[in-house]
Amino acid sequence: MTAPLLSVRDLHVTFGLDEGSVRAVDGVSFDVLPGQVVGIVGESGCGKSVTMRSILQLVDEPGRIKQGEILYRMSGPNGQGETVVDLTKLAKRGPQMRAIRGAEIALIPQEPMAAFSPVHTVGDQIIEAIQLHHRQWRPDGSGLSRAEAREIVVELFRDVGISMPDQRVDAYSWQLSGGLRQRAMIAMALSCKPRLLIADEPTTAIDVTTQAQVLALLRELQRKYGTAIIFITHDLGVIAQMANSVVVMYLGRVAEQGPVDAIFHAPKHPYTRALLRSIPSIVGETQVALPTIAGTLPHPFNRPSGCPYHPRCDERKGPECAARVPSLQPVDQGQSVSCFLHHDSSDTQ
Amino acid sequence: MTASHSVDTKQPLLQIRDLRKFFPITAGVFNKTVGHVRAVDDVSFDVFEGETLGLVGESGCGKTTTSRCILRAVDPTSGQILFRRKNDEIVDLAKLTREELQPLRAEIQMIFQDPFGSLNPRMTLFDNVGEPLLVNGMTNRAERTDRVAELLKLVGLRPEFMHRFPHAFSGGQRQRIGIARALSTNPRLVVADEPVSALDVSVQAQVLNLLLELQKRLGLTFLFVAHDLSVVRHISDRVAVMYVGQLVELAPTKTLFSRPRHPYTSALMRAVPVPDPRIPVGEVTLKGEVPSPANPPSGCYFHPRCRFATERCKVEAPALREPSPGHFVRCHFADELDLTTAF
Ligand SMILES: Nc1ncnc2c1ncn2[C@@H]1O[C@H](COP(=O)(O)OP(=O)(O)OP(=O)(O)O)[C@@H](O)[C@H]1O
Ligand SMILES: Nc1ncnc2c1ncn2[C@@H]1O[C@H](COP(=O)(O)OP(=O)(O)OP(=O)(O)O)[C@@H](O)[C@H]1O
Ligand code: SF4
Ligand code: SF4
Ligand SMILES: [Mg+2]
Ligand SMILES: [Mg+2]
Repeated sequence: MTAPLLSVRDLHVTFGLDEGSVRAVDGVSFDVLPGQVVGIVGESGCGKSVTMRSILQLVDEPGRIKQGEILYRMSGPNGQGETVVDLTKLAKRGPQMRAIRGAEIALIPQEPMAAFSPVHTVGDQIIEAIQLHHRQWRPDGSGLSRAEAREIVVELFRDVGISMPDQRVDAYSWQLSGGLRQRAMIAMALSCKPRLLIADEPTTAIDVTTQAQVLALLRELQRKYGTAIIFITHDLGVIAQMANSVVVMYLGRVAEQGPVDAIFHAPKHPYTRALLRSIPSIVGETQVALPTIAGTLPHPFNRPSGCPYHPRCDERKGPECAARVPSLQPVDQGQSVSCFLHHDSSDTQ
Repeated sequence: MTASHSVDTKQPLLQIRDLRKFFPITAGVFNKTVGHVRAVDDVSFDVFEGETLGLVGESGCGKTTTSRCILRAVDPTSGQILFRRKNDEIVDLAKLTREELQPLRAEIQMIFQDPFGSLNPRMTLFDNVGEPLLVNGMTNRAERTDRVAELLKLVGLRPEFMHRFPHAFSGGQRQRIGIARALSTNPRLVVADEPVSALDVSVQAQVLNLLLELQKRLGLTFLFVAHDLSVVRHISDRVAVMYVGQLVELAPTKTLFSRPRHPYTSALMRAVPVPDPRIPVGEVTLKGEVPSPANPPSGCYFHPRCRFATERCKVEAPALREPSPGHFVRCHFADELDLTTAF
């Protein structure tokens, strides 16, 4: 079996607020294999973005990684040899973390406006990143001139389907349409040839026809460069089209994970099953009541005891569901589930 | 199709004719008008009593502006918005003055996308939901309390919540509050602008179910604006598709999805990712960007992106035609093209 490029192990992230502490991420584990697309789904507030920001040590204050490991397999100098580092152990602003951000792991953040500074042109910002990580383009260590870096940006813009790239390079982010800004962000993320790209809802703000183009682009880049991608979205259609494997999150934990076909055609966790039933399909019967999930998402200060899904679960097994927290256990080929219907193992809380 | 959904015997509640809304683009210190954003550019359609008409299209195509014209939140540049009142009198909403519109406000209500922005955070649910009642003359507080309690029950919220503030509720619950507020005056027409777009899928399903149920119970007529084709297909009797300010196609839902006649509609449908990994990813058929409504292309607005475009399309703007009864389309070649989809 291939060794994972990234392995998140039992990650806990807490926000200490005046009103109490929020366990935003409460024991998340998953792997990303080299060159694979991992899709992450789950409802608003389930901890998707916080998990991703933890990987890059970018969690906003007052968030803290409380527990767990984030093991990343670093390529050695000049691509020779590999070492596994625990990203949670690195200093947030230290040289190692800075070298990893952008060059090894790049993030397309959820807020499109946050990615670019409004006072510099989009091109300048990407040029700066390329010059900083020049080894990614010149493994021999020789530097890149501004003109050379600019050439690379124009080429990247062309790759991501930005028309008139040599003019768009000099635009400010606020002068670009939503679709163009999204593409510029992807170009920025790819500018240092990362081995892992984290795309946090990269197509939520754009239209379906533009989305189709952006998704095709990401698939092509992934094929061309073998980049591994973590793709976050709440759109199950996008997941089905993009991912090799899927992680389903609920209230800061992984409910289920497995190969994309198993998740859609043999989901095992009651939450995954309910989620799939609740989407109106483009082929199904119309104007009928859709199956829903009972109740509402608990408030983060009010986490249920035991299985976090138990107050809403329509397949609840028994009293153990409210008493113990089911752990994520492998149950089938590459498929793992946190549910007592499938095993009896629990995590200590 | 069940009898309750049969729309052909019903009368139009709303008839929109040649609606245009142009926003001036100004420049310079004297704010000279240098051009116009053709946000709504010759739109005509009917909404039948008791039906849901879905309005879809990509960002900026004019869906919200069309809705705002109907509510007269903006004044149309030209065209008619004929509304049939309870007493069967037909009025042109486009021509009425503010004072003349006032008595009509109760009959036409709006549900917004952002359940957070559409409620006043400093007012309790009682005030938020009861405000339209007060505006429409229900000054007795006890009477309003009863009505608000009834409305909260109608949308699946507990009447005891009446004295709480909106921040104490989840997104889905806030959208229910927005719906209760819109229904407070017993409207006949409800314009819902992206009412489920900000909601998670499981919450979205709850709100869609509520809208379907309320429509059945109260005989409401919906203009349902959305960009999610699966949602629109699920809830609508008929669907209208807009592109750069224009209506390009309108047909009964099943017809539109199984046999679209406009190349844009067909491309839009193909672009929707199907939530099944076994269905192979379709080829991207639509390239390029949506043109700006400030500077639309010549001829057919879709011609720069249309794979069927001919010389004629570049120079001659197609009119909205009705090639088969109830199926409207704005394309020169609607009769010849075979765009049958997989659905
Ligand atoms: N800066 C912060 N301060 C306090 N709590 C926070 C902060 N950022 C996130 N949280 C909390 O952490 C939890 C997880 O948030 P996160 O942003 O990861 O959710 P998400 O799954 O990305 O949701 P969405 O789909 O809405 O983007 C939420 O309960 C949120 O309230
Ligand atoms: N008050 C205004 N002044 C100038 N231009 C406007 C105004 N309101 C809307 N527009 C422009 O009119 C066009 C149509 O906008 P509209 O909001 O109706 O689109 P929409 O279909 O609702 O889009 P979305 O899906 O993004 O909500 C856009 O180009 C928009 O920028
Ligand atoms: S552990 Fe129990 S409550 Fe949780 S998902 Fe499984 S059956 Fe439902
Ligand atoms: S009129 Fe011509 S360009 Fe326009 S949609 Fe029809 S074929 Fe395409
Ligand atoms: Mg997020
Ligand atoms: Mg809109």
